[in-house]
Order: sequence, then structure tokens, then C-alpha cells
Amino acid sequence: MMKTTALALAVLCAAVLLGGLLSGIDRRLTARLQSRQGPPLIQPFLDVIKLMAKERMVTNPWQAFSPVASLAAAAVALVLFALQGDLLVILFVHMVGGVFLVLGAMASPSPYSQTASQRELWQMLSCETLLFLIAGALYLTTGSFRLSELSALPEPLLYRLPLLFAAFFFALTVKMRKSPFDLAGCHHAHQELVRGVFTEYVGPYLGLLEIAHWLEVMLYLAICSLFWATDAKGMILLPLAVFFAVIVLDNVAARLTWRWMLGWGWGASFILSAFNLFWLKG
Amino acid sequence: MGMGLIDNLISTARRRSPWLLHFDCGSCNGCDIETLACLTPVYDVERFGVVNVGNPKHADILLVTGTVNLRNREVLAVLFEQIPEPKVVVAIGACGLSGGIFREAPNVVGGVDKVIPVDVYVPGCPARPEAIIDGVVLALEKFREKSKGKGEGK
Repeated sequence: MMKTTALALAVLCAAVLLGGLLSGIDRRLTARLQSRQGPPLIQPFLDVIKLMAKERMVTNPWQAFSPVASLAAAAVALVLFALQGDLLVILFVHMVGGVFLVLGAMASPSPYSQTASQRELWQMLSCETLLFLIAGALYLTTGSFRLSELSALPEPLLYRLPLLFAAFFFALTVKMRKSPFDLAGCHHAHQELVRGVFTEYVGPYLGLLEIAHWLEVMLYLAICSLFWATDAKGMILLPLAVFFAVIVLDNVAARLTWRWMLGWGWGASFILSAFNLFWLKG
Repeated sequence: MGMGLIDNLISTARRRSPWLLHFDCGSCNGCDIETLACLTPVYDVERFGVVNVGNPKHADILLVTGTVNLRNREVLAVLFEQIPEPKVVVAIGACGLSGGIFREAPNVVGGVDKVIPVDVYVPGCPARPEAIIDGVVLALEKFREKSKGKGEGK
């Protein structure tokens, strides 16, 4: 029990530090791609510390509760992953965080927040199925939803699931809030909906959501590492490569509409994944 | 000792992560172009953690350009009110400072400080990007003064 608690705490601390650092790398890389120098790597931490010390402004109690629930869901999902738990449970728990984010955003009458909440729901609709298909593929290959079975595989999962991996890449661009699918709120200051779902969250609450987002990104990268779970080098290099690919795509792509996202999520990605699953079975 | 460390950390974070809200209060766009020029690769104020946000609820510093008139003074006051503490206001350009050449027009109220308290005045017609960056740096110093004043008040 003590050991589990210590592991959970260590994983959370490491995830917050790494997640913030990745966010810093993201901003700096983006700046370099725009031939700017960019902020220091620790900028995301400075932002969050500053936000935590800002005045609390709440127009509806849900705006105060939702960020906490969202952060808790992301943290629990990540800890479950570190304990090599059940992928289905992990995905369900992480979904709760998304639902609370939308609940808090919908609690305000602001049209920006409302529209972005609808878009966030579309985003979840187009991505969660893909994530569950990954869990399905895990079951088909190892006979269990538990992550601990994966390291026993003779070859990386990527060899058997290349098409599903392509679909996962799409889900990642949506989940990391990157162009072309950053409809519900991106990390660049300006967009047509101000800051989307984050518009009505103020100060400390925005800070909590920022930390929750770091944890979520770490969770997605961890899921990405499942595709090469047979050796440690691949487990680190594959998510890093995917992370850089997402940032480069973010800088070269314009934002698409939700119809495009649904087309990609349910059309292209779904067909790719289904094809891959049948192939796996056959 | 512990509290002092945390206070220092917060004060550093505030100085190194100022998020700006830019409000055009009826400017001729001269000062606005210069303000946005600060974000381009030439000046790149994001080096210092500056982000240009479009949302008063996320802002720390309010940059106001142009004259205040009878129509937009309400908007300016509401924007100021929606920014969570601690906050500072920077008025930019001759119009923002005093009403500029429009000061005697019947619909013009005058400078920004007629409606909300201004901490830093950046003169110029239009103000140069360097002057605006200098104004923001001065505003960051005001942050420190404000949080110090609060600490003594307690």
C-alpha cells in the first residue's frame, strides 16, 4: 500500500514536471518555426504559478468545482496507467475529466464558452471511439485489457496496428488541442472563440485546467508508448517523435471545421481502424 | 522564511508572465499597429512571457489606445472590472493620454484616466513599439510595488 502511494505520488510529480516542460518545448519550437526566439522553457510553470496567485472570480460554482474534478480525473487515469491497470477503466476515468471541463464551461451564458463546449463534445465524440478501438485491439492481441500483458509480446504492437496508429495520431492532434483540429480551444492566444472552453475559467481555475492538460498529454503519450512496449528505447522515442510531428503539423495546418473533424474521426480513421482490427483477427 | 520564498516565487512569476489585453478605444489604428508589431518576429515579446490574450478574464495588463468617448467608456470600465487582481493599466499614445487632437470634440471624454486608474503613460503619435515595450516593463515594476503595498497593508 505504502509502495503504491509512493509510486502514485512520484508518477504525478514527474508527469507535472515533464508535461510542463513539454509544453515549454512546444512553445519554443513553435516560436522557432515562426522565426521568433520564443519564451524560456520554464514559461508554462511561471504562467501557472502566476495564475494560481490571481484573484478568484466565479460566476457559477461549477466553474470552481469542474477544474478540480477535471484535474483529479486526469491524475487518477495517469496513476492507473502507471500501476499497469485496465486500459478500459483508464479511458473511462479520463473521459470524466473532459465531461467536467464541458460542464464548467456550459455553466456560463457566454456564447464563446457555450459554442466551444458544443465543439468539445464533438471532439470527444470523434475521438473517444478511436481510443476504445485501441483498447479493443489490445484485447485482440493479448486476450486482456490489462497493460501488464503488453511487455510479454514478441514484437511491438506497431507492426500489427499501423493503420490504428495512424488513426491514433488523428486523435492525438484533437486531444492535444492542436491545429487542424483545435476547435474547442487552442493554446495560441487568439482564435475565433477567444480561448474556447477556457474562456470563462479565471486565474487559479485556469491554472488547474492547465495542469490537468499537461497530465492528459502525458497520458496520451503514455498510450502512444504502448505501440512499442517491447523495449524502453522505443517507449521513449516513439511518443517523442509523435509529439514533434503533432507540433509541426500544428504550425503548417489551418484550423478545420467540426464537419471535417467528424469526417476524419468517423470516416477515415474509423475505416482505417476497423480494417486493421479485421486484419488482426484474420 | 517559507512564506517569503513563496512570495518571491509569485512575484517573479508575475513579472515573467504578463498577459496583455489590448483594447482599441477609438484609436486611428496607428498605435494598434505599433502594439501588434511588438508580437512580430522583429520584437517578439513572447521572449519575456508576454501573451496577447483576447479575454479580460485572463489578462494581467490592460493596454488602451485611443480616445475615450461617450459610447465606449462603459466598455472600457467593464473590461477593467473583469480583469482579476492584480492588474495594471497602460495608456498608449497621445489620444489615450489626454484625448490628443480629438480632445475638444463634443463626443470625446478625454484620456483613459478619466474612466479608469492608469498606472503607466506611453506618449507618442503613434507610440513606437520600443516605447510600448518600455511601458509594459514599467508596468511590471508597478506589479511589484502593488504586491509590496498589499503585504505591508496586511
